[in-house]
Formats: sequence, C-alpha cells, structure tokens
Amino acid sequence: MSEIERHSYDVVVIGAGGAGLRAAIEARARGKRTAIISKSLLGKAHTVMAEGGCAASMGNVNSNDNWMVHFRDTMRGGKFFNNWRMAELHAKEAPDRVWELETYGALFDRTKDGKISQRNFGGHTYPRLAHVGDRTGLELIRTLQQKIVSLQQEDFKATGDYESNIKVFHECTITDLLKTDGVISGAFGYWRGTGGFILFEAPAVVLATGGIGKLFKTTTNSWEYTGDGHALALRAGATLINMEFIQFHPTAMVWPPSVKGILVTESVRGDGGVLTNSEGKRFMFDYIPDVFKEQYATTAEESDRWYTDPDNNRRPPELLPRDEVARAINSEVKAGRGSPHGGVFLDVSSRMPAEVILKKLPSMYHQFKVLADVDITKEPMQVGPTCHYVMGGVEVEPDTASSNISGLFAAGEVAGGMHGSNRLGGNSLSDLLVFGRRAGLGAANYVDGLGARPAVNEADARAAETRALLPFKNEGGENAYTVHLELQQTMNDLVGIIRKGEEIELALKKLEDLAIRTRQVVVEGHREFNPGWHLALDLRNMLLVSMCVAKAALERVESRGGHTRDDYPVMDSDWRHVLLVLSARGEDDVRLRRQEQVPMRPDLLDLFELDELKKYYTGEELGGHRAGTAGESDTA
Amino acid sequence: MSTITETSAGRARISARTLRTDRWWLPPLLTVAGLTAWVSYATVRVFMQKWYWVPEYHYLTPFYSPCVSTGCEPESALFGRFLPNWGILPFGALTLPFLLMFRLTCYYYRKAYYRGFWASPPACAVAERHKRYTGETRWPLLGQNLHRYFFYVAVLISVINTIDAVDSLRGNGGFGVGLGSLIITGNVVLLWAYTVSCHSCRSIMGGRLNHFSKHPLRYKLWTQVSKLNAKHQELAWITLGTLALTDFYVMALSAGWFSDPRIVN
Amino acid sequence: MSYTAHFRVWRGDSNKGELVDYNVEVNEGEVVLDVIHRLQQTQTGDLAVRWNCKAGKCGSCGAEINGRPRLMCMTRMSIFDKSEALTVTPMRTFPVIRDLVTDVEFNYQKAREIPAFAPPAGVAPGEYRMEQVDVERSQEFRKCIECYLCQNVCHVVRDHEENKPAFAGPRFLMRIAELDMHPLDAADRKRAAQEEHGLGYCNITKCCTEVCPEHIKITDNALIPLKERVVDRKYDPLVWLGSKIFKRTPANA
Repeated sequence: MSEIERHSYDVVVIGAGGAGLRAAIEARARGKRTAIISKSLLGKAHTVMAEGGCAASMGNVNSNDNWMVHFRDTMRGGKFFNNWRMAELHAKEAPDRVWELETYGALFDRTKDGKISQRNFGGHTYPRLAHVGDRTGLELIRTLQQKIVSLQQEDFKATGDYESNIKVFHECTITDLLKTDGVISGAFGYWRGTGGFILFEAPAVVLATGGIGKLFKTTTNSWEYTGDGHALALRAGATLINMEFIQFHPTAMVWPPSVKGILVTESVRGDGGVLTNSEGKRFMFDYIPDVFKEQYATTAEESDRWYTDPDNNRRPPELLPRDEVARAINSEVKAGRGSPHGGVFLDVSSRMPAEVILKKLPSMYHQFKVLADVDITKEPMQVGPTCHYVMGGVEVEPDTASSNISGLFAAGEVAGGMHGSNRLGGNSLSDLLVFGRRAGLGAANYVDGLGARPAVNEADARAAETRALLPFKNEGGENAYTVHLELQQTMNDLVGIIRKGEEIELALKKLEDLAIRTRQVVVEGHREFNPGWHLALDLRNMLLVSMCVAKAALERVESRGGHTRDDYPVMDSDWRHVLLVLSARGEDDVRLRRQEQVPMRPDLLDLFELDELKKYYTGEELGGHRAGTAGESDTA
Repeated sequence: MSTITETSAGRARISARTLRTDRWWLPPLLTVAGLTAWVSYATVRVFMQKWYWVPEYHYLTPFYSPCVSTGCEPESALFGRFLPNWGILPFGALTLPFLLMFRLTCYYYRKAYYRGFWASPPACAVAERHKRYTGETRWPLLGQNLHRYFFYVAVLISVINTIDAVDSLRGNGGFGVGLGSLIITGNVVLLWAYTVSCHSCRSIMGGRLNHFSKHPLRYKLWTQVSKLNAKHQELAWITLGTLALTDFYVMALSAGWFSDPRIVN
Repeated sequence: MSYTAHFRVWRGDSNKGELVDYNVEVNEGEVVLDVIHRLQQTQTGDLAVRWNCKAGKCGSCGAEINGRPRLMCMTRMSIFDKSEALTVTPMRTFPVIRDLVTDVEFNYQKAREIPAFAPPAGVAPGEYRMEQVDVERSQEFRKCIECYLCQNVCHVVRDHEENKPAFAGPRFLMRIAELDMHPLDAADRKRAAQEEHGLGYCNITKCCTEVCPEHIKITDNALIPLKERVVDRKYDPLVWLGSKIFKRTPANA
C-alpha cells in the first residue's frame, strides 16, 4: 500500500463550478479553512456553458417584477412539484446574490439607466435574466474565481501564504466520502496528474458536482458530468429524490459527430426559426397538446403574425415548452421523417435576411460556421433533442442545504427539489448562487456547532484505495470506454426522452449486466494522467445513478415535466405530492421508497389563484388556501 | 529556444525550432525586403539635394518639406531658410528625424521590425535565437514610450504637408490642378490617416478615459480613431508607398523626364 | 467520406518523449480532438489529453497542431490536406505532465499576483451604476476563456524561461487593463503594470492576438492602451503637470 497524502480542513467543497465556488467563498468568509476540489482546472467547470442568463427579480427592466412573481413562475415551470421552500428562498435571495457579484467585479450588460440589464426567457413573466451577451456562465465562473483569488490575496497579506485558508486542488477526483460513527469525517480521492492518492480530513463536505449528462449518448454536458456527487452521496448513505426528471433540450446540433449535443439556443426559435421535417412540413402544428390549444397558433399565417403582433395572435407552436418540442422532434425522427443526420431541420435562412440573423444570432452563426461548416443564413440547421439537466439530486434541508447525513451538504445541480419536475431557463445560475452560499453557510455553522471532530477510520481509507485500484488488478475484463458506450446507448434508447414500462424494465436488466462488467473493467498502463482509469472510476458512479434514474422512471406512472411515459401520458394529481426517494444498497444497487411532499405553507399557497392550483392539486390538498378558508361558497 | 529554457523547466523535449509547416518565414522576409528597399531609396533621395521642387506648379517633395536649408530654392522655402547648406545635411533636416522617430516608435512598425529584422520572434511559435530578452524594459528601447511626442510633432508636420498640398494647386499665374497636385494631395490625406490612426492618438482622444458616458464628444472621437486604428498596419505600408511615389513623381518632373498632365490650367 | 490520417502525437513526460506515429480513421466533420479521442478509444487507452466542454468555451484543450497553438476542439480536420502528416504536441511553454497535458500552474500563480477588483468605497451592492459604453472594453477582455494559448505563444516566456518571474503574460496584463478600464474600480494599476508585472517586456509582436480563439484584440485593445496609460503615469510630464494643476488623475476622469 502506498503512502497517502493527507490534508486537514474545516470544510471540503467538491466541485468548482458556480455552486462550489460560492459555497467556498461563504465558508471562508465565516472563518473556515476551506478546500475546493475540482476534477478539472479551476475555471473550466460546466457553468461556463450557460448562455442565457441568471434569473433574479431585480425589476430593472420591468418594475412589476418581485420575488413572488418569480416564485410563481418557478413553481409553474416545475409543475408544482418543486420543494416550495427552496423555490421561495431562491426567488427571495437571487437578486442579492447577483448584486453581490458586481462587488466581486462582474460586468453584466446594462440598461439605459446603468443598472443590470435583464432579458426575457421561456416561462418567466417579466424580463428577468441578468446576462452578458450569450456568455453569462463564463462571467459567473470567472467572477467567483477572481473573488477566491481576492480572498487568497487577503490571506497572503495576513499570513504570507496565499493558500493558508482557501486552497484549490485541481485535477483531483474524490472517489469516496468517509464517515465515522455515522457522520462525515473526510473524503478520499486521487490526483489525476500523478495518480497519487489523497485524503481529506474534514467534518463538513459540500457536494457541488453538477449533473449526470454523461449517462446519455447525446448530451450538452461535458465529460465531468458523471453523477459523482449523486453517487458519493448515495454511497455515504444519503438519499436522492426526483431522479426520474431529466430535462431534454429540444434543439442541439446533431452533426457533425464532433459537436453532437452542443446547444442551439432557444432564441433561435424565439426570433422566428421554424422546425420542419424531411417532407418540408412545419410539423409542430400537429403536436399542440389540448391544454395548450388556447395559447398556440394552428396556422402558419397566424404564427407569423405573432412576431409583430403578439397581442392579437397566438404563439407559434415552435415555442411550446421544452418537453413538448423535444417529444415532437423525437416522434418525427422515429416516424422516418428526420433529417439526413437524424434530427429535424431548424431554419432561419428562409425566415429573415442574412444581416438580421447575423445581428440577432451571432454566436449561433459562428458555432455552425466553424463547427459544422453550415451557413445558417443560407441553409437550415439540423437539430435534435439532447440531455441537458437533471432536476433530481441529493435530498436536502432547504435552509441549510444539509443532506440527511450529518456533515454532508449539497448545492447546485447535484441537489434535488428546487426545480420540481422541470427547470426554467435561467434558474440554474441563480440556484447555484443562492444555494451555494447557503451550503457554505450551513457547513460553517455545522462545524461551529461540532464538539470533537470525527477522526477518519484508517481501514475505510484503505478500502477506498483498494476499490480505486481495482481496475488495475482485474484480468480479462473489458475497457471502460466499451462499457460506457453501452451504458449511454442503453440509457438513451430505453430511459431517454420518451419512456415505456417494458423498455425501462429491459434497461434495468441491462444495467444489472453492466454492473457486473463495470466491476470487471480493466485498465492498461500507469496511473499518471490515465484517462482509461479515470473513466473506469467514473463509470462506477454513472452506473449507480443510472439505476436510480431507471428505477424512479419505472415507478412513476404518469407524465410530468422531464418525465414522459408513453404508457401513462397524462399528469396525475395523485402523483404530485409523491416523492421517489432512492438510497444505495451496496456498491451497485439502489432501493426506492415513496415519500409525501411537505404541504406548501398557506401564505405561499395564497399567492396562486385557486383555479390554477386545481389543475395540479387534489381537492383535499387545497383546504388551506385563502379561498378555501374564506368559505367554499365564495369560490363555487 | 534559448538553452536555459531547454532543460531545467520540465518542458516537453522537442528539439525542432518550430513544427510549423506553413511558410512562416515569408512575412518577415517581405517586411525586411520592403523596409530595406524603402529606406535605401529614401536615403538616396534625401541626400541628393536636387530634383525636389517643380517651380512652375510649386510641387515640393515631402522628403524636403519644409525646405529650410540655405541651399533650398527660395520659392520652395515657405518657412524660411536657416540651416547651413552642407552636403551631409538634408534640406528637410528639421523634420526628417521626427518623422523617422514617429515611424520607428510606431506600434505597428515595432512589430514589423522586431519580427523582421530582430527575429524576436520571427513568427509566432518559431523560437527566437537571442540568449537574453528584456524587451522594452530598458534603454534604449524604453524610449519607445516617447511615441506620443513624435505623434504631436507628426501632427504639426502633417499641417506643413497640407500647406504644401494647397501650394501645389497652381497653374500659369493662378489656380491650377495637375496630376502632381492630385498625387501630393492624396499623399497628404493618407499621411493624415496614418498619423491620426496612431495608437497614441487613440489613447489621447479618449482611450485613457474610464467613463466614456461622461465625455460624449471624446467617446465619438475615440470611436472614429479606433476604426481607423484597425487599419494602422495597412496605412503604414500604403503611406510608405505614396511617399515614395510622390517623391519619385516630383523628381521625374523636376528632372524633366516627363511633363505633368494638367487637368485645370 | 472517411479516410485514414497520419498523426504524429508527442508522447512522453518531463524526462523524455518523442513523436509517435499513428494511422487513424477520420470521419467527415470531425475536429482534431475527435481523432485524439478515437486514438484513446481504439489504439492507446492511456493517451493523456485535457479537455472539457468540446465547444470552444472552457479553454482546456490547447495544444500545438502542426506547430501552431490551437484549441483541439475548434480545429476542424477539413482544414488540413488529407495526405499531410499532422503533428500534435503539448504547449511548449509550460512543463509537461504527460503526453498532451501540461502543467499550467504558472498561470494560476500569475493570476494571484494581479490585485483583485477594488470595490468603490461607499457603494452598496445593488447600487452599482455603469453605462454600457463604459463596460464594453472590459467586457471584451472578460470573454477570455483562459486557454493560455497567448501565454504559451508569447516569446517573452516561450523562448526565455528566465523571464517567467518578471512577466505576467498577455492574459494577465490584459486582466490589468480590464480592471484599469473598469468604470468603478478604485485602484490605480498603471505603475504596477510596468514595474511589477512586466508590461515593458511586451514588444507588441502580436502573437497573442493571432492565436486567441475568442478573437480578442489583446494587443490593440488591451496591451497598447495599457502601455499608453503607463506613459500617462510614468513618462508624460504634461499629463503629470496637468494632474497636479487640476488635482485629478486620469483614472478618475
């Protein structure tokens, strides 16, 4: 057994995206020695990919906006499945978190009177997204990164060491969390560069590892999105919720292969782009669900008039919610009416002059020109649905971001509940900031309230080391790439955008087989920067999380937001208040149980009209509404 | 790559100076060829002390402007004659050093000759061979920071060139326009464009401000200069061309190799 | 559509290394990083390469392709002749960890040496007011994805390891320019740019601008304006005199 590098911290933050950095800033501000651990280099996290903006009801563009409107929009977007307390905290605190970024040096686009400009986005009643062109995520991560640097400079002045209170361990992967007597005592991992093992002794760990996109074949997510935090939490005894809800973005590039899955922003459709199939038909008119019949146009003529006269015409069906459009594209492709590269056509070239396209969609023009050699001012794009975001994650206590394991916290995409069954665009960057801070705060308070610190159990560290080295010891197994590709294919085909009971059962069978093969994966070569080894270890996480997604998807026999069951196509109010909670059973199996949602606080319930709530809630749940308590006769 | 860099730093051991497969050596070669040719021509002409003036149309070559030597033909000397008439002293010696320094400290020419003549670096990702490099941190290259003073002088000289251009609009006893007037005027317009597009000018106009919104006029000036500034490299070469062309044209007329086609009078 | 390309990939570590030849399949529309991934998946599972977003947004996959610093994810195979051997080497200016992966710690150190944004005194969060025209210059620099190709190509450190302590490099001199042009930054950074961060080493040969995948005009919009601001502060008696007489500094103009 080799020597293990050891470090001792008050708080260890796993993940250096928006949530992780914000958590670390908060923990350090509360006087805690903090480590940030990142699989990639600092500043490269997936947060940089966010384009549209960060939702916060500052009311800079429309002064009618406030936290209550934002709260309502968020709950509607999530089909009232959200953890209402998280949605409330999020809506209330987002403006402060955005303004705070300016004091760190962020430069958002401005309004005429010099305030932060805000843009419209799907599902948001008012212009609400603070943004910087189409690179808001980059601004966010760079700002937080630079704030960390400024804290390090303060520490340098005080102690002569930049890293005395906050240190970034980049290109370092955590493979296991360590517990002592049921509470968190540390984390175990390896340096990607050297392959050396590293042990953190810390009473508090914040998970901020992002999502799970790499479970699927086509995804907008990067290689890091292997569900590490989800799996670490499970193996540490924490629970996950809402894992059946995965957002598929309807339009991503499908060709060339190198860029398959890269996002084609919603603004393309918002600005007039239309979807057509291989027969040249604008097919979205065939896919308007009954509940939306009132709001969406049924003819091309009416749709076209909407862009200039939205008050007297209905919206084009291309602008239906993301899940509807994604399903429609999926059906067209399955029916054999797809484009040559397996998507459908998204055309702006016949819709507006080239100079307008260049002005409104510069980055899309650039993206297609450089990566696909397609001039979108002259020919249509080919697009298809792709895995974008997981609504599910670690079950947390909203105010502190604490999981059900003492000392373990989670924030950002890895945490579940905030977005319910479907996330609104722009709500993820604000989620990172609000709950990143709360997790940092929660961890700091937890450490303060702790008596003696739990000591790491040596045997656990050695066991983690043994597990990490398993792929080098195995003989006769496959390489990790092969198993990973099959896992992605399975999830894509059988637990993808449209699900069926028997297909999910088939997937679960395949996953059992893949579980065995994952344990037997073989790695060639050395431990220094060996991508085959890294994937073999990530694969273990992906497998466990895939099980969660599949089991929850099989259990929920309704369609809601990011979960569509072909065999149960309607939303069912009796399922609205049921959470599916997952916990680990050994290395590669999970257990599922049902749990009741906590009923919404009456004052929040009163923010909605009873008629709207009736679409989502069962009758007996609505007794606490102001209309109900004022007397049934009033509303009859 | 310098030898210090090679071994100690843990870099990838790649011995090739560059792995570029394109003709990276061509641009610096063209720069050297172009600048050498121009400087040779200009040197010869500046010391020639003849064929710089066309009396019937008041054409003065920019290389002799303003002509302030006692050797200048009286009519060509709009600003007096006070420099001694020595063979080694160009008639335009009052301004030539400043023009030389303006271009020598110009941010574009610096790039051109650092790459072309000094090969520091010859091209991107092609190792330079100098043992040491201190850039513009010490004398004499620290002097590059004086660019803005040469810019101020260049503006004055451009005014003089403009007066020359106006003076060139003469025919028999009055107003007249010939091909020479057009060439001289065109040259002056381009010289102005080159001078105004200078990076120092851009900074002076507004680049040094942090609140454009409080200085709308200067913001506008900065915006215009910025647009021109993007063409500074092109203007640097074009004006070398038009300077030489103008001078050659005046020389040719003055020497009587051909006569000026007249447009008006 | 598919063809077999001849790749020469640098394999090794800080002790030794060499260009290794591979014949590998290339399909239509692929970028260099796709081909490197195919090598990993089919021929050499332990080929080390750093990458993240594969969309030109994170700046992780910088390398040198046929000697030119580029992002592997944004370099299409179609720009190369099919018969030509393609050389892929790690960035030369930084210590190599393994194969195409370099240790870019130098850049993080330099980032730490640039004093952070200094918030204006007495302006509460939410009270920041800035005009769009005033933030646009700094916004251009904040497009930087920190791929470090500019740091890699700059001959000041690429060809002279000994200059590393004294020279922040284009990316971080641009950071100083960004802060110096920030309409609300309260610090004065001009003197330090020259004296502590090595602005004078830059001889504006513009390779940083040439390789920038974000097409930021690093030299024209950041480094030269910063040099001019330094001149204001250090080498211009007129500006100095003016500031004494009018009791104001250009930074607050």
